Amino acid sequence: MGKAPKKRSLADKVRKTKTSTEIKNNPFEVKINRKKFDILGRKSKHDVGLPGVSRSKADNKRKETLLKEYKHKNKANKFIDRRFGEYDTKMAPEDKILKRFAMERQRAHDKKDVYNLNEEEELTHYGQSLAEIEKFNDIVNSDDESDEKGLLSAELTASHFGGGGGGLLRKKTSGERQEEDGNQRAKSRQELIEELIQKSKQEKRERQVQREEAQELTEKLDQEWKGIQALMVKKSPKVEHSDKQEEKPKLDEYDIMVRELGFEMKAQPSERMKTLEELAKEEREKLQKLEADRLRRMMGDEVGDNAQSQIHISADDLNDGFILDKEDKKTLSYQDGKWNIEEESEDVDEEEESGEDDESEAEEQDEDDGEEEDEVEGEGGQEEDEEEEEGEEEDEEEEDGHSDLESEQESEDGESKQENEDTSVKSKKSLSKEEVKAQQEAAKAELPYTFTAPETYSDLKALLCGHNPDNQRLIVARTQKCNHPSLAVGNKLKLQKLFGFLLEYIGELANRTPPELITIDKLIPELYALCQMFPEAACKAMQTILGDAGHSMEEVLEVKGRAAFPTLDMLIYLKVTALLFPTSDFRHPVTTPALLYMSQGLTKCPVRSLQDVTSGLVLCCLALEYVSFSKRFLPELINFLTGTLHLAVKDKTSLGSYTVVPPFRPSGKNTDLLVVSDSDSCKNWSKKELPLSATQNLPALDALHLWDMFHRLMCLFTCLDLVKRCCLLYKDLISFQHIFQPIRTLLSKHLSAQSLPEPLQELHGEILEAIGVATVTHSRLVFEKKKPIPLKLLTPKIVEVLDYGKKRGSNREEREQERLKHKYKKEFKGALREIRKDSRFLAREKLNEVMNRDAERKRKVKELFGSLATQEGEWKALKRKKRK
Amino acid sequence: MAPAKKRNVSSAKTTEKSAKTAKIDLSSKVESVLESRKCANDVFDMLEFLQSEKEKDVIDAVNACGKLFCTLLERKELLRGKLPGEEEALKGGYNAEDKYRIFMRHRYNSCVEILLEHLDHEVYNIKESALCCLMKFAAGEGQHPLEDLDWSEHYSFPRELIQAVVSRLLSKTSDNSLLISRLQEFLEMEDVRYYVMSSICENVGKVMDKNKGAVVPIYQNNVFMLMSNISMPSQESELTNFMVKQEAKHEDWKAAKLNEHKRVFERMWLGFLKYKLPSSMYKKVLVILHDSILPHMSKPALMIDFLTAVYEVGGAISLLALNGLFVLIHQHNLNYPDFYKKLYNLLEPSIFHVKYRARFFHLANLFLSSSHLPVYLVAAFVKRLARLALTAPPAGLLLLLPFISNLIRRHPSCRILVHKPTTEDETLEDPYLMDEEDPAHCRALESSLWEVKTLQKHYHPDVAKTATLINTPLSEQEDDISEVLELTTFELMERDLKPTQNKSIPLEFETASQLLKGGGDMLGQHFCLN
Repeated sequence: MGKAPKKRSLADKVRKTKTSTEIKNNPFEVKINRKKFDILGRKSKHDVGLPGVSRSKADNKRKETLLKEYKHKNKANKFIDRRFGEYDTKMAPEDKILKRFAMERQRAHDKKDVYNLNEEEELTHYGQSLAEIEKFNDIVNSDDESDEKGLLSAELTASHFGGGGGGLLRKKTSGERQEEDGNQRAKSRQELIEELIQKSKQEKRERQVQREEAQELTEKLDQEWKGIQALMVKKSPKVEHSDKQEEKPKLDEYDIMVRELGFEMKAQPSERMKTLEELAKEEREKLQKLEADRLRRMMGDEVGDNAQSQIHISADDLNDGFILDKEDKKTLSYQDGKWNIEEESEDVDEEEESGEDDESEAEEQDEDDGEEEDEVEGEGGQEEDEEEEEGEEEDEEEEDGHSDLESEQESEDGESKQENEDTSVKSKKSLSKEEVKAQQEAAKAELPYTFTAPETYSDLKALLCGHNPDNQRLIVARTQKCNHPSLAVGNKLKLQKLFGFLLEYIGELANRTPPELITIDKLIPELYALCQMFPEAACKAMQTILGDAGHSMEEVLEVKGRAAFPTLDMLIYLKVTALLFPTSDFRHPVTTPALLYMSQGLTKCPVRSLQDVTSGLVLCCLALEYVSFSKRFLPELINFLTGTLHLAVKDKTSLGSYTVVPPFRPSGKNTDLLVVSDSDSCKNWSKKELPLSATQNLPALDALHLWDMFHRLMCLFTCLDLVKRCCLLYKDLISFQHIFQPIRTLLSKHLSAQSLPEPLQELHGEILEAIGVATVTHSRLVFEKKKPIPLKLLTPKIVEVLDYGKKRGSNREEREQERLKHKYKKEFKGALREIRKDSRFLAREKLNEVMNRDAERKRKVKELFGSLATQEGEWKALKRKKRK
Repeated sequence: MAPAKKRNVSSAKTTEKSAKTAKIDLSSKVESVLESRKCANDVFDMLEFLQSEKEKDVIDAVNACGKLFCTLLERKELLRGKLPGEEEALKGGYNAEDKYRIFMRHRYNSCVEILLEHLDHEVYNIKESALCCLMKFAAGEGQHPLEDLDWSEHYSFPRELIQAVVSRLLSKTSDNSLLISRLQEFLEMEDVRYYVMSSICENVGKVMDKNKGAVVPIYQNNVFMLMSNISMPSQESELTNFMVKQEAKHEDWKAAKLNEHKRVFERMWLGFLKYKLPSSMYKKVLVILHDSILPHMSKPALMIDFLTAVYEVGGAISLLALNGLFVLIHQHNLNYPDFYKKLYNLLEPSIFHVKYRARFFHLANLFLSSSHLPVYLVAAFVKRLARLALTAPPAGLLLLLPFISNLIRRHPSCRILVHKPTTEDETLEDPYLMDEEDPAHCRALESSLWEVKTLQKHYHPDVAKTATLINTPLSEQEDDISEVLELTTFELMERDLKPTQNKSIPLEFETASQLLKGGGDMLGQHFCLN
């Protein structure tokens, strides 16, 4: 019985699959939808239709739904599922099940167990009683799955399934079995089973006890182990191993292996020391990258990110360039003691004054030593300590990946210190009392190691006042270190302010008479370091200075129409700008205004004295430095140099072949500033750099005619040298000839080389040569080649359409509306079609029904007629028989 | 309104000359003189005060005199008509009333004389109060003329007084510009302005003839100050503010006609400009010429002599003359031969450095905006400007480059200057002749704008960017140069000084160790710290 349906279903399946492929291949079943165009790459689902299949599918579906509904029409009876929540769609199925379950339980409780007091309901899990499961709660651990268990189960199987089981097992226990068999035969089967159960239970209990004991033992062992573990760690692990081996000789090989593998320290890739070559290479790569960056900026490609400021601080630096080294320890001791920073400096002063007072000095010195050096004993150690500090500082900074630039400076600094101190160390050997004293003094005069960052400009001035340039530099450096942004929240702001103050200080130094340029020189590295730390603040400070200077010059220009040359501080600022910021950038927030300021200075300031000439030449130098890398064209520079050379022309009347550009005038007052008339001075002259202070006021010597002449010659020399450099710089410019035309005529026709000293004559010749060498001819200008605009073509424009079927050219809302309309239309049509099909189907069904009914009726009528006819016939036959 | 003669004021007899009580004294004297004719001799005291050394006394006296004589003019207690001599008056058969009037008239005349002298006083306050007082007298005389009106066509106006004031103001020795500007408020009045103008005209002619046309800087400066302070009305209907209202036929009065005003104005300026001026004066005149002189002249074309003469001078003065010339050419149909040639020759490196750069380029833009200019001319201008660009400051370049591009846009045939494709790879020297004065012969069309190409390497980013525009075909739209006309270097600076948003600032990566190091060591080689 069971086989028949199975077979049928299988056959059905086979047939079905067969039919489906058959249908698809059957040309009479397939309807191919004609396509108007073949569109490449488009996959259509509807190119082949199976009308028969789909029709029958739809038909079946209708039979299941519509037909049923139709059949149930006008029928009141209905199957209603009264299960809880059956028609509640909001309820989750789990909830339904739970609720139903609860209700069922309640119902059961209500009815049956009203009087059932003790018996709790049985809890089940997957239909099994939990109580039953609990009895087997001692789930065997993997450890316990040993041979015994297997044996036991084998025994059990043997007893349970007496006749079954493998022959091997039987053979093993055959002796036993025979014995048992003897017993078993005596006992009934019932008893036997009970016995078996008991036995197994007992065994189970025993096992449990055993395990518990084992567990206890393990715990105990663990605790003991913990006790001696600390001792064992220091000892060689081999001992441990040997112990273990003794304990478990068999397991070990594998176990140890596994553990070793598991716990073996993986070889950590250690930082290899880089070789010098590699370091050099790295450095070079870094510089190359920076250079490339600079070039990119020079070309004016506006790419936003500029990681340069970050480059100087390594990625994991997190602004913690400061190292807590011995300096700080000392600092603390300073501050714990009486000495504060201000007091300290005072003390230093005092002590410097009272140099001779030996005894008091010595006493104080002792105190100092006690306070200053906790770790170091004796004076000799101090110097060494100092060295060490420097060294350490250096090392740590390098380790820290802090800008190596800084560390370089530090190392330089350290070296210089070392030298100083070497001498002192040597002298120490004699250890005469005076020398000791002198050393003590030196130690006293040493700067304190911490400084609070100055809050105002006057604070900074007070801090730096009275120190020599090197110390000023040290003070600033230490201030910067002590207030590193990573040490406190407000430090960043303080240092940013410090930069501004330093700039101001530099300006003031430059404006002093005589200008203290050495100090400025010393402060440059600090300024640079601060600038690297806070590019934004530095940029802002510099911009303010430049903006103010430009503005004041503009104001003067508006009133007077001319202005005085920038003062020395502005010249210094311009130089500092060039040191801090890249001058070759296409556009830079600081250097571009600086260049413009220089242009303003070179075009609007009339030259009225030798100082002015000097200032102008300094500006020219700066301007040339600014453009020396980018080789940008600076017309003002050439103009000014031409004008300056014009100042040296003796005979101004024959002008005409070249023009001078304002602020210079062809002739008039102050146009003979550089004329060298004295041939003696020409002969005696030798090149000697002019001091920068010559831009402000000539030295007292200026009364001397000779010095004046020297100054003139030096200016002329500078000017010619700059012209030469310009020639070399601009030799690639197309209009080189025209740019240098005035200079050429001036030099060749008006400023004869004969009257000049030797070096100037050389320059003179070189310039003329350089100008003469340049190419004169150029190809004509043409527009840059660009893609030719193609002719209009008649082939249709093919546009890649990414959003098929979407109407383009309208906004989003309209498109959305269109889409909805379209969808509605489609749906409407589809619904209409469906309805039609439904009604057709219904009509067909109705017709079928009617036909069936009619046929039935016909059949019945026929039957009736037939029976009547037979009846009639029989009756007639009877009648006939009777008649007969 | 006869004064009360009966009253006898005793205090008036005692004339105290102490300076302390001067003011009270003066005012009381004025009152006493006005009140009684007996005290008429106090006038002498007042005149004495007027010549005092002390500034305060003089000013008080001026005020007092002003008050006194104005009142007397109002009362008509000054003799009208021809004034007999003082001696004669005593002798002649005049009645007491007449004698009094003659006496007062004489005092009035001497007072005016003193005041006129005061116009040359060192102290400005005295000058000013004297001027005000004189103008007050003028107003008073206008209302109550001292001359006899013997025929009806005569219009009463104190011409002599005004003339005297003007000739005093136009001093040859002292700069009266402050006082002249004080006069401006009186020049608001139409009749005063008219007569001042005619007096200036006469005065200038007289003085300059005396000097035989030589330059008299202070005098000419004064004249210019006075003339430039004159603001002419532009419509007849604006002539409403008169100092003196004529009773009869006011409309026929010359001072009430705009045409007459214009004529006098024109005569005055032409008379002034006829003579040689100091060179700074030329600039001053030319700056105001086109908008405050030419429109008010009845025949502006008469200015052509002056303008052409000035245009020949060269330099900044020629630049300024352009403006006037333009007005004449444009509005008055003036034909100026070689105008463009001269304009071409005005293009010198200095045009970027003079104050009038904006004005010049504005005009040059106007002149060259004509589409009927020949190509060679435009090309010559373009090429010359490009040459000048090699010496120009960035602000000038930002004006010049769009200017050049505009010229090329307007005259598409100039495009060969920036785009002349040739088949063969020929190179050539720049055929353009910078020194050639005639744009027709400078061979600009054979050249190319290599200068602009050079400027693509200019240090200022904006200039470099603007210069690169010639690399591609220019857009149709002309650049608006009016925005960059007044551009200054500082404005350029400010563009870059604006705070930049979230842009990290590139820094120099080469470590700075010393002040004079870095950047090719230019500074370090020629200068040292000490």
